[in-house]
Amino acid sequence: MNQSDFLKVVLPFKDKVFRLAKRLLVSSEEAEDATQELFFKLWKSKDKIADYNNVEAFAMTMTKNYCYDRLKSKQASNLTLVHNNYKEKDTPLEKQLEYQDSVNQVHLLIEKLPEQQKIIIQLRDIEEYDFDEICKMVDMKPTAVRVALSRARKTIREELIKKHNYGVS
Amino acid sequence: MELANIEKLVEKYLNAETTLQEETTLKNYFTEGSVAPHLQEYAYMFTYFATIKAEVYTKTIALEPKKSKRRNYKWLSVAASIVLLFSVFIGKQEYERYQALKQFEQISKGLRLLSQNLKKGEQAVATLYTYENTVNKILK
Repeated sequence: MNQSDFLKVVLPFKDKVFRLAKRLLVSSEEAEDATQELFFKLWKSKDKIADYNNVEAFAMTMTKNYCYDRLKSKQASNLTLVHNNYKEKDTPLEKQLEYQDSVNQVHLLIEKLPEQQKIIIQLRDIEEYDFDEICKMVDMKPTAVRVALSRARKTIREELIKKHNYGVS
Repeated sequence: MELANIEKLVEKYLNAETTLQEETTLKNYFTEGSVAPHLQEYAYMFTYFATIKAEVYTKTIALEPKKSKRRNYKWLSVAASIVLLFSVFIGKQEYERYQALKQFEQISKGLRLLSQNLKKGEQAVATLYTYENTVNKILK
């Protein structure tokens, strides 16, 4: 496997890796570093890659594990996470602004979810993987994935309703 | 798509029972405007999912630079060890030369001292000889 073959295999999912890394590590810079590091790792194990029939799932699993490690070392060194798309909820006059604000709320709500639910909602609702692939990536049983996903979706919805006081019964 | 159908799908969606196809249907419905007010929160969610998916990794992926960097370090250490070995070797040679020079000086100084003292003794012996000669002459 030479360099161009390798890039042909890995480039299609580089954005997915980046977005998952960003979901977990929060900051864009961290996510960029992580993405670079991951592809470098993949490149080093390129001989093994040829044997995997699903390189993408393998890469996503690697991303997840790598980000967990980064987070652990971050906690150990006591660094704080900075998120850059947080916006203070002021009183927007235009409806458009309010809409955008609510959309940003979703980002914060996902950020507050447990790590596992975060990953699953990222993989399912944003990257649109099917359940079999997600099970492989996170190494969980299908029912467990569904339960986590359902919980995450419900939490987000309920929080959104709470924020907006829609009073849906 | 009629509202009743969407409501059914939304219910399934919350229980994580929808297929990817059904989720695409929902996504289309909620991101294309005109959302029923009691389902407004889903519009926020699906709009968010769609916008965040637009984010891409813009930097190029570098596969080589780190490798060459590592190799450089390796060669650097090899070069450093050679320099160290060489300087130790040269230093040892210099030191030996210096020691030899010092030894040579010490020895030559010792020899000079010896020869000076020997000369002194010779003179004394010479005077002794003249003395003995005169004594012999007188006694004869």
